[in-house]
Amino acid sequence: MDELLAEFLTETNEFLETVDTQLVQFEADPTDSATLNNIFRLVHTIKGTCGFLGLPRLQFVAHAGETLLGKYRDGSLVATPDSVQLVLESIDRIKEILADLESTGAEPEGDDSELIGALERAAEGETVAPVAKKEAVKEPEPIKEHEPVQSNIPMTGNEGKWDADLGRHLKPGEVSLADLEAAFLAATVEEFPPKEEEEIVAIKPPEADRRSATTDRRVSARDDDDDAGARSASGVANQSIRVNVDVLEDLMNMVSELVLTRNQLMQMVRNSTNTEFKAPLQRLSSVTAELQDSVMKTRMQPVGSAWKKLPRIVRDAARDLGKKIDLVLDGEATELDRQVLELIKDPLTHMIRNSCDHAIETPDVRAAAGKPETGTIRLNAYHEGGHIVIELTDDGAGLNTARIRDKAIKNGLVSEEQAWIMPDAQIHRFIFAPGFSTAAAVTSMSGRGVGMDVVKTNIQLIGGEVDLVSTEGKGTKFFIKIPLTLAIVSALVVGEGNQRFAIPQLSVVELVSAGGTSEHRVETLNKARVLRLRDRLLPLMNLSEALGVENVKIKDEKTTQFVVVMQQSGMTFGIVVDEVFDTEEIVVKPLSSAVADAKSFSGATILGDGSVIMIIDPAAISKAVGETEDHSDEIEAKSKVEAAQQRDERTSLIIFRAGSPDPKAVPLGVVTRLEELDAATFEQSDGKTLVQYRGALMPIVPADSYASIRSEGAQPILVFTHNEHAIGLAVDEILDIVEEELDIEMSTDRGGTIGVAVIKGKATEIIDVGYHLTNSLGNWDEPAKKEEPRHIVLVEKNPFFRNLLSPLLKSAGYQVEAVDTVSAALICAEYRTPSIILADIDEDSESAKRLLTDERTNGAPVVALSGSSEANAEGFSALVKKSDRYGLISTIEYATKKGMAA
Amino acid sequence: MSALATKALSQNESSVLADYGTQEFVTIYVADQILGVGVKEIQDVFAIQHLTPVPGAKREIAGILNLRGRIVTAIDARVKLGLPPRDDDAGFVGTMAVGVEYGGEAYGILVDRVGEVLRLKDSDFENNPINMDAKWKSISRGIYRLDGRLLMTIDIERLLGVKE
Repeated sequence: MDELLAEFLTETNEFLETVDTQLVQFEADPTDSATLNNIFRLVHTIKGTCGFLGLPRLQFVAHAGETLLGKYRDGSLVATPDSVQLVLESIDRIKEILADLESTGAEPEGDDSELIGALERAAEGETVAPVAKKEAVKEPEPIKEHEPVQSNIPMTGNEGKWDADLGRHLKPGEVSLADLEAAFLAATVEEFPPKEEEEIVAIKPPEADRRSATTDRRVSARDDDDDAGARSASGVANQSIRVNVDVLEDLMNMVSELVLTRNQLMQMVRNSTNTEFKAPLQRLSSVTAELQDSVMKTRMQPVGSAWKKLPRIVRDAARDLGKKIDLVLDGEATELDRQVLELIKDPLTHMIRNSCDHAIETPDVRAAAGKPETGTIRLNAYHEGGHIVIELTDDGAGLNTARIRDKAIKNGLVSEEQAWIMPDAQIHRFIFAPGFSTAAAVTSMSGRGVGMDVVKTNIQLIGGEVDLVSTEGKGTKFFIKIPLTLAIVSALVVGEGNQRFAIPQLSVVELVSAGGTSEHRVETLNKARVLRLRDRLLPLMNLSEALGVENVKIKDEKTTQFVVVMQQSGMTFGIVVDEVFDTEEIVVKPLSSAVADAKSFSGATILGDGSVIMIIDPAAISKAVGETEDHSDEIEAKSKVEAAQQRDERTSLIIFRAGSPDPKAVPLGVVTRLEELDAATFEQSDGKTLVQYRGALMPIVPADSYASIRSEGAQPILVFTHNEHAIGLAVDEILDIVEEELDIEMSTDRGGTIGVAVIKGKATEIIDVGYHLTNSLGNWDEPAKKEEPRHIVLVEKNPFFRNLLSPLLKSAGYQVEAVDTVSAALICAEYRTPSIILADIDEDSESAKRLLTDERTNGAPVVALSGSSEANAEGFSALVKKSDRYGLISTIEYATKKGMAA
Repeated sequence: MSALATKALSQNESSVLADYGTQEFVTIYVADQILGVGVKEIQDVFAIQHLTPVPGAKREIAGILNLRGRIVTAIDARVKLGLPPRDDDAGFVGTMAVGVEYGGEAYGILVDRVGEVLRLKDSDFENNPINMDAKWKSISRGIYRLDGRLLMTIDIERLLGVKE
């Protein structure tokens, strides 16, 4: 392929990207003449160049497109989505031909007459107004709009000129290139000096110029356009030159070497007393730094160049899907390394497609949800501490937490129990798991199994991170954090064994010293070490262990150890190293393929002293830490079961002091609120202390007969409510809230206490709330005085709710038998008739209905439990929402009373 | 030592016609076995100064090192040939290495000793004996009969493990 053609291809491809973007912009605002001028000029240049190089197919297609654009430009036509689509199609055709041209060096055979015909009809049809209506290519509105536009333009002069031009436009194949060029040049000139008479004169010299220019070089043709059109743009264009990327890469490598050599020299001079070299070396050092900066700059490209294709992708996607989507791009000028840019292009495109397809709803759905019909996808890029952050925000439906949770459980990514305790944000991250697609159907856009996991892997490959925040119904925001450049990274150099390693700074959260006399303790759970860091437990591992070195000697908890706290893939963990040296800017050198199976490293680097050290791959280390957790699966499962069993018996207790220094406790479940009230507001009446609380009088009683109620200052109060009656229990001080196995070891005869239990190693009096309530409210709760505690059978398949509800019911004074199936419940009921059966109907309402008819329940009332207050609970005594704990207790009270009455 | 390779090269060029039907090899010694590597395949010969081990890599990877600003992967020929390790446990310091390049990556093959350049006649070449050790056979191109001993020629690509 000759040089000229190669250059033409690069240039034209660049133009086409711009045209794509600009056309979409133009479609959104057909009155934007600046954009239109740009498009026109670009298409025109392509056409001109094709003619010069003897590429007839390209030339005719471009010409036909240009003709249509010309109509928009002179205001005789107004762009409609359909006609813009037509222009886009012609651009696509040009791309196809170019691709073939690139691979074969010759223009491929083919027939474009249909496309050209359509373009011509679109152009022609509108100029002759009545014909357009018959042809029905356009909707009638453009004509309406076009009239006022026309009236602004000096009609006669322009119209006449255009008619003359049109005569030639109509026969693209028959006109010589020179004539075409002249015509278009005339059109270009005509737009700018708006005086009619002078124009005709003005046409002549450029026409002559153009002839010679075209035969000379096409570059000058472009210059002409620039001069005539965008004067502002020409200055910048002249100051940049094209440089082969390989040259830049070589330059970068050499600079890297220079930096290393400089570092070595610095090291040598630092160690010697000879100061003769110091000054020149200082200078060398600063020049090297500047050189490094400049060379880095040559590799930098605005992130916008990777986004050029996106408006077109979004537009096409919106069109195909029948949605309305706006793409807003911010921070396009943010620069990052060319190499990084190339690597994020595809993941980003994929994510945008995903957003169009899954996130943004169809206009009617959006309207129904009270959102504007047009969805917005916003892409924003900015610098943040040596990294680029790209945010992708949409105002679509947001992630469906429940569906992701179900899918995650189904795929075995998480146990059901864990899934329900997990925060939503963590559930959302499962979309990055391999093979995870919640899309019900595969569409042409996405859902083809190549999902977010590929996106994540690709981003991680370049040392980046991706995370998301999603609100159901409101939208989703993705964060992509990537290093500015791949060649030089900031890394922490640590020592382990006799070796040094570099850990990329991006994944290092902090450095702590642990164990020994340090405040951070290292604890051991069946050989697995954890670090207690600010109320969090972090898995801890020696670097050597994580690297797979055998027979690692592990320091015990008593010696102080250096821990590098790292974060990767949403997981935080600690890596124990022998020594921590320094943070250094290192040049990443790739490893040879023979060492590729050492997965723990992402490369190597040469330090200032000339030694080679390995660069640790944080993703591999996090995997290593995670895997050891897998090895201990059995043990973990066992301990989980134990924990689950324990949880059944555990109760949350609030610990306080009242009257004596010994701690006292009440179950947290029965306390409504913790308050601190001003003692000055307390009033005395009928020998009782009362306070106006939330619009009603609330009696205040001391929590212990020896305790007193304060007369001034703040008085801590535990508020209990029952049947809209409130009572305040005055305590001296609230100490703590703990979760403990409530095992009352000694009962007391003293009123007001249930007994004594050991909580946190201390004998603690458990206060009988009922006693105080009875004393101060009289007959506050008749059923509570019943001799026999009522018996409840709770049928709940989900262990989370089972564990949540049973302590709640227990604390309210019921005996609870929690089972997971209806059959088990029936067996329980057979042995002892329950006062009430609580049954979950969300999971399986059919079997829950068996409880209603089976005679083993002995007619006990069955209350339906559901996650939603609108569930169908036909036949059940009542329906309660699981999360409504107060409603639950009162419904049970009501249902049992009704049941007993019946 | 790299002068050796250069010398060999220039010799090779000057006497192309006279050397028809012969090939030049650099001889290397690994545990008393004499091996030959095509002279054109060798970039340079150097002594190891400092070697950085790579945990988790294949056993024959002795480590990586810095050779004039390039990262070179060192492959221990002894391990690759299934021979016992060297007696001195000085962390490879001073060990001789033959530098080769494959696919843009630099490798150093750790050997006991580097000998001289030999010009060998094609007529002395034999295919691998069928009863040869599988490990050896996997990296051998064939055998040359020398006076009183055999020289095994090494297929560098196979030694590096890039070609099976």
